[in-house]
Amino acid sequence: MAKNGAARDDARAHNPMKGATVKRAPAKKADELDRLIHERLRLGIVSALAVNDSLSFSDLKKLMDTTDGNLSVHARKLEEAEYIACTKSFEGRMPKTQYRLTASGRRALERYLDHMEALIRATRDR
Amino acid sequence: MRMTSVRPLRPPPPPELSSLHGRAMDNLAFIRNTMEAAGSFTAVSGWGMVAIGVMAILVSIAAGTRDTATGALNVWLASAFLSPLIMMWAMVRKARAAKMPLLSGPGRKFVLSFSPPIVVGALLTFVLYRAGLLEAIPGVWLLLYGTAVVAGGAFSVKIVPVMGLCFMAAGVISLFTPVGWSQWILGLAFGGLHIAFGIPIARSHGG
Repeated sequence: MAKNGAARDDARAHNPMKGATVKRAPAKKADELDRLIHERLRLGIVSALAVNDSLSFSDLKKLMDTTDGNLSVHARKLEEAEYIACTKSFEGRMPKTQYRLTASGRRALERYLDHMEALIRATRDR
Repeated sequence: MRMTSVRPLRPPPPPELSSLHGRAMDNLAFIRNTMEAAGSFTAVSGWGMVAIGVMAILVSIAAGTRDTATGALNVWLASAFLSPLIMMWAMVRKARAAKMPLLSGPGRKFVLSFSPPIVVGALLTFVLYRAGLLEAIPGVWLLLYGTAVVAGGAFSVKIVPVMGLCFMAAGVISLFTPVGWSQWILGLAFGGLHIAFGIPIARSHGG
């Protein structure tokens, strides 16, 4: 039953039409794929922040090899879900944006890792 | 003429399953590569270092109660065998918690760079012991352990090579101060530095 439930969730998550209408809460069940961090750039941001106290916007941009616009859009989505926290300050006259991973962001990454491992185990056992 | 068909013992998984498996593997590899590129994950366990530091303090007290330099050296040698086991256990735990393979990327580089000075240290211990230069052993240990940490730390977070430099400095102090001090400097350095650096590593770099 649990497997069927997970399969249904996966099927729904892969369907952009159905997925678009569902607003997901930050906290998720262990067997549910977190679409918010499944996207590559967002997954990269969360992974990089998981091993650093904080990273600046330019650090992340360099690391992810992406554009300002792309990074800020994805970072904002993670911020809205409270997976990352953003602090803005000035270094001299230059504005500086620092990001750090929140506790719920770290839990989301752990759940995502568990989900990937479970998928690998399940497909290997079949 | 009819040819016998060869059937694989285990049929390959259906394409959708192998594709799911591949995607999951790819995602895990992406996470690992990003963490490695972000450069702040260290396979070195901060809590393992704290445990070794506490043990080193206890060992230095036990070594201080010995009447002879050989007796003190034997106590330290026992801890030299125990410390790597503690660190390995702590590193395996840390890697499992982070779901990172222990010997991938930075972890492998750390071990490869860390090992040669340690092997040299073991050989020099034997040579110095045979030559009766027991008082030089603590300084040599600290210098070579520091060298190993600096070399391994080049592939780790910045705080690790800084710790290595502190061990090297303690080694120099030990070699150029009165003979009676070397045991205490060894205890202070192995105990104090491991604890002092282990706590921030554990807090800021994944355990």
